Amino acid sequence: MADLTTQLGSLTLPNPVLTASGCSAAGRELGQFFDVSRLGAVVTKSIMTRPRSGRPTPRMAETPSGMLNSIGLQGPGIDSFIENDLAWLAEQGARTVVSIAGGHTDEYVALARKLYGHPAVSMIEVNISCPNVESRGQVFACDPIASSRVIGAVRRAADPAQPVFAKLSPDVTDLVFIARACADAGADGFSLINTLLGMVIDTDTMAPALGGITGGLSGPAIRPVAVRCVWQVKKALPHLPILGMGGIRSGLDALQFILAGASAVSVGTAVFGDPNAPIRVLDELDAALDERGFASLADAVGYAHRDPADRLSPASGRYPHPAAAEAAAQ
Amino acid sequence: MSPVQETAEILSVQRAGDYYHFTVVAPGIAEHAKPGHFVAVGVGGENTAMILRRAFALYGATPSGQFAGTVQFVVAEHGAGTKWIVQRQAGESLDIVGPLGTPFPVPSGRSPAVLVGGGYGTAPLIPLAQQLLDAGSPVEILLGAATASRLFGELVAKRMVGAVTVLTDDGSAGQQGLVTDALPAAIERIKAEVVYACGPMGMLRAVGDIAREHAIHAQVAVEESMACGIGVCMTCVLPVRGDDGRTRFLRSCVDGPVFDAARIRWSDVGKLPPDLVGADAMGGH
Repeated sequence: MADLTTQLGSLTLPNPVLTASGCSAAGRELGQFFDVSRLGAVVTKSIMTRPRSGRPTPRMAETPSGMLNSIGLQGPGIDSFIENDLAWLAEQGARTVVSIAGGHTDEYVALARKLYGHPAVSMIEVNISCPNVESRGQVFACDPIASSRVIGAVRRAADPAQPVFAKLSPDVTDLVFIARACADAGADGFSLINTLLGMVIDTDTMAPALGGITGGLSGPAIRPVAVRCVWQVKKALPHLPILGMGGIRSGLDALQFILAGASAVSVGTAVFGDPNAPIRVLDELDAALDERGFASLADAVGYAHRDPADRLSPASGRYPHPAAAEAAAQ
Repeated sequence: MSPVQETAEILSVQRAGDYYHFTVVAPGIAEHAKPGHFVAVGVGGENTAMILRRAFALYGATPSGQFAGTVQFVVAEHGAGTKWIVQRQAGESLDIVGPLGTPFPVPSGRSPAVLVGGGYGTAPLIPLAQQLLDAGSPVEILLGAATASRLFGELVAKRMVGAVTVLTDDGSAGQQGLVTDALPAAIERIKAEVVYACGPMGMLRAVGDIAREHAIHAQVAVEESMACGIGVCMTCVLPVRGDDGRTRFLRSCVDGPVFDAARIRWSDVGKLPPDLVGADAMGGH
């Protein structure tokens, strides 16, 4: 059994498998299938200041190895969230990462203040992939200045004991440029990645399949994009921890993210097809680390970045998977 | 009652007109299943590109018996996922989550009821009819479909209640017409106090309208497109009026699939009415 403890900034988690924002509500429904305190943490659906209806239906379209959603951040608002959802998570003894979303910087700041000092809040994930009301609907995470303004403001307003992670969109020309801007603004780490913007047209109605016209693509279809994003940001900013997500549905999928540089992973869309997926992924990841001879998860984080000689050297003798060691020996 | 995930061996698959009637071994689901509950079935096998489950109303549940607990459901083939399911054979297994949703509310005492099924929407009404009959309630069953091969449950319904009323759009079985054409007379015939229905949205809305004209309740089971079936994805919402008179987007999978028809704002389905709770926060997004 590898030591699965991991660090996300100042936060220590007993294991690296979390839920993903927007894919597990606030954990209560999954609590019917397993004890949510067994997870590294529960990442809650992005919460905003006010109750929000979300978009009209249809909100979902299945796509090859994925799905599009256009929920539109339906939620009860921060006060109800704290009173009901956070209280429930605290009762379960679950560690909680609260995802926050806003239409302008002040809204993010207001949310961070509401969560200040709350004992049930382990970390804040800042969803900056929603449209910025002040810049004519442009998504914050597509603009380094807007991203940096939000992350800086949240970091200043939030409880210093709560790490602030920036959740970034892959729909940008240069992800590292955005990540650097967030790092300079004080981000304690990154959540990579949010959904990719996509669209499906219904060939029967000959109209967009979603009520919101476009939607976010998630599921295994986006996994290679997500692994690439984790790899690039880890390479550019090796000192900052990454929470990786995007199409993870098995322990080996999770291991790809870890090897690319993620210190923990979120299991998202897989939950829709398999409510037990987070626990299954945790068990499978544990076994995969053992098989490869890793004594701890920390040893595996970013392992794929090592140069080939270091990775496969028989002299190191420890980590290569038996098959890889055999291949190297021949 | 919590839903469970089970690997369920298929005991039998039977053709029923255009539909497929599955009986699977799922003791954990069968134990707590009630009429109106549904199950979510994984499709495509391991590593499938079809990542979402397909939802089916329970047609029956036998908590114990010769083969441990079994549940039954009815599948209509209308896409790649349901096509995969109907190609399964006895002896193979399905990954099933259930029982899901909120079952039909049933009055504690005797209460005459009309049950209206459209297509394979009849499936959950059959165990409901049995429950009502067991409570001593008179039951009328109306079945409708586009055409004869898309009717479901006529024989078993007849066995339960004697006579059923059948209507098809093309007149290929029973009378020609919409199943709701026969509803007012059925309500009056047995002085029904409640109508139960499952079928297409247009039919459910018409059932609700007719029930209201007769000043009785209609409990309808909707079929909304859903990704998870357990309440986490928020895709299957409908605009539903609450006790406080305000309308919210409620999840059909956990707050439904059975709703009081009078609470659903049918003309606002697929829209964002401005008075919906939280609609005012949608500006700019």
